[in-house]
Amino acid sequence: MNALTLWFHKTGSPPTAYRLAGRIMPWCYGLGLVLGLVALYGGLVLAPRDYQQGDAYRIIFIHVPCAWMSLFAYFFMAANAFIALVWRIKLSEVLAMAAAPIGAAFTFITLVTGSIWGKPMWGTWWTWDARLTSELVLLFLYLGVIGLHAAIEDRRQAARAAGFLALIGIVNIPIVHFSVNWWNTLHQGSTVRLMGPSKIDASMIWPLLLMALATHVWFFGSVLARTRIGLLELDGGKDWVRAIALDDDKEAHA
Amino acid sequence: MNDFLAMGGYGAYVWSAYAVFFVVLALEALAPRATRRRVLADLRGRLKRRDARNEASA
Repeated sequence: MNALTLWFHKTGSPPTAYRLAGRIMPWCYGLGLVLGLVALYGGLVLAPRDYQQGDAYRIIFIHVPCAWMSLFAYFFMAANAFIALVWRIKLSEVLAMAAAPIGAAFTFITLVTGSIWGKPMWGTWWTWDARLTSELVLLFLYLGVIGLHAAIEDRRQAARAAGFLALIGIVNIPIVHFSVNWWNTLHQGSTVRLMGPSKIDASMIWPLLLMALATHVWFFGSVLARTRIGLLELDGGKDWVRAIALDDDKEAHA
Repeated sequence: MNDFLAMGGYGAYVWSAYAVFFVVLALEALAPRATRRRVLADLRGRLKRRDARNEASA
């Protein structure tokens, strides 16, 4: 085995991955929290009022980053599910399933904050347009993946079945993303663009982008926390997990 | 300060949206802790039963 393959095997082995994840995880949570608080200060205090929407537009600073996360988490889950199905890498199975509940949480926040924003701006909590409906379908896909994974006893078979469902559901991702261009809708078009100028002032865009960074970092912290649990479940009978289980008991009774 | 909380008349909407954001993410961060405790307790139970079985057959 060459050095790279060896490194890959070692890092991918459950006990090493568990330890490594445990070391990186608190930094992700901490950095996400600090960046998020700075972004909130920028969005709620420093950014000026919008000339059209007044202060109601400030919901954008959580709504849009969470909406991006709902797509990013799905992409992360589907990519890992693909690797898990093709190369049968255990760590990828665990990573894919770790992303599902976090993606569901971000999708839920997106739907609820969007609804709260829609009431004063559109005059309705909900409309069955393409953007809102496809985002709701995204939530159901996440819940389906979580449910299927929980319903099968064998952890590896469960991850494989749920990963398959995650891969089928990826057709929904471009629909969510392009829905505001493809169909006429109440939902406003993209504000921030990768190509071409964004339709938002610099004083408003930096808190938005910083919050997007914060939610990404937070996402990885949470993925690592959940991956550690997945690894414990996967390797339940092994010595290294046994040692952790007994240690945990001592701590609990100390 | 009152102006800040009022959010130009949209206070109820803005703050409830932010409350949802914080509550859901807090629950999302706490959930793995609870799961971890349950998984480890399950494992200890299984280990105990296995040891008891081994002793009985020895």
